[in-house]
Amino acid sequence: MKTTTEERVVDLTATSVRELNHALHQLRHVDGPGHWHVREPRGAHSVACGLDVNVRVEVDGPTGYYCAGMNQAATVILHGNTGTGVAENMMSGFVHVRGNASQSAGASGHGGLLVIDGNAGARCGISMKGIDIVVKGSVGHMSAFMAQAGNLVVCGDAGEALGDSIYEARIFVRGKAADLGADCIEKEMREEHRRLLADLLARANLDHAPGEFRRYGSARRLYNFQKGHAGHY
Amino acid sequence: MCGIVGLFLKTPRLEDQLGHHFSRMLATMGSRGPDSSGFAIYGNPAPPGSLKVTLQHPADAFDWSAVADSLGERFYKRPTFRVVSTHAVFTVAAAEAEVRKLLGSAHPDVTIMSVGMNIEIMKEVGTPESVIARFGLEKVVGSHAIGHTRMATESAVTTQGSHPFSTGFDLCLVHNGSLSNHSRLRDNLRREGIVFQTDNDSEVAAGYLTSHLRKGETLAGSLTHALQDLDGFYTFTVGTSRGFAVLRDRIACKPAIIAETDEYVAMASEFRALAVLPGIAEARLWEPEPATVYSWSRAA
Repeated sequence: MKTTTEERVVDLTATSVRELNHALHQLRHVDGPGHWHVREPRGAHSVACGLDVNVRVEVDGPTGYYCAGMNQAATVILHGNTGTGVAENMMSGFVHVRGNASQSAGASGHGGLLVIDGNAGARCGISMKGIDIVVKGSVGHMSAFMAQAGNLVVCGDAGEALGDSIYEARIFVRGKAADLGADCIEKEMREEHRRLLADLLARANLDHAPGEFRRYGSARRLYNFQKGHAGHY
Repeated sequence: MCGIVGLFLKTPRLEDQLGHHFSRMLATMGSRGPDSSGFAIYGNPAPPGSLKVTLQHPADAFDWSAVADSLGERFYKRPTFRVVSTHAVFTVAAAEAEVRKLLGSAHPDVTIMSVGMNIEIMKEVGTPESVIARFGLEKVVGSHAIGHTRMATESAVTTQGSHPFSTGFDLCLVHNGSLSNHSRLRDNLRREGIVFQTDNDSEVAAGYLTSHLRKGETLAGSLTHALQDLDGFYTFTVGTSRGFAVLRDRIACKPAIIAETDEYVAMASEFRALAVLPGIAEARLWEPEPATVYSWSRAA
């Protein structure tokens, strides 16, 4: 497949995911990487992974595991539901799921913005390290598990054990959290948090008032093991 | 890893195409489990007073008529049978326990895959494509089907260690995951009279359900008990003569997705296996919640 700067259409019934990703990786050698459309993914895994230039890729249809993983600088729009680990380990850029996402959305992400229009499954934002995640619907159980940095915004409800063993990430929930995991507590919403949240909501094209959300974060009791805290695990 | 798929038809309309749609689902999950593959088909029932007994022998040219002869001698009527590759489906006019007893003593080299009114379990080592071709799965007719592609972890890659597992009448179970307390559970279930053929953890889950169903519990009720007693990781899909159920453990790290339309319920480890189904674009799609029993049944 030849890389060009023009608008491109790739049909995954005719082209393999490996060929597609290889072509997208070659864009670092061209000016103006352009706008790509991917058709007929039919639940394929690893679509548009490892992108490292400012390309726009739109995927029409349901995708499988780890789509837009390791993203850097690129904009990836998934028109449909997506599987486990969408935008996992994202470094920068923008990934937009215009459907529901399965478990571990945005896992281990270091940066960039992940917006999910529908719901996200279990462990959304697991081990997040600086990524911003905005979920317009609800998230499943154990979301933000061991989250270290970044922001998780949930406009709907959160499942059981939200923020279990969380470090320094911030969680904002507009609906109800079923319950909080070990060492996760509700925290005061100060002006700085309202400003941060307003900015994230604006970037996700949402007009909810920050005051409708509650903030959750780490009680910082589990950073180092102390015998007296064994009961908190 | 392992892949599991299930297709349960709510109406008779697609029954002629069950094998066609189900084969495509199973083949798609080959990447999750290339070691062995198997399926349970719930097809046309045995005539009243009879049972369907599906047997397996590893020899390609095994003489199944010898088995028919001994069944005929014991039960006064020679059963009819059809040979499907390494398997044979017998229609026997006798009680399950008697058939099991006779086969155990007269033909210990033959493995009983399933016994029931509707169920036929067939499984072999190899990719799903090879298993589909071997058993002519594409042409099979029935109301529901459950299948598995195995990447072995807990026990050897053998026909007997393949899924689905059946330990009871018209019951089958496929499992993605691993159970950690299967050894003690197997001992307890053996004391109740449940017979196990392997050291496999998933067979214990099937035996556990058999035990509860025998006590008169519903499929959904038995699975609710399983949440208390089975320790480990699991996504289960279970079939009975008229029923179909899905259960994930409390952590739910083993994947599952369900699609439902007016005509069918389909489940699979990954969406890719559902993408091949008719009407999937309009289906209601969801991931089953942890520790929640989902079950469907068709009126008899």
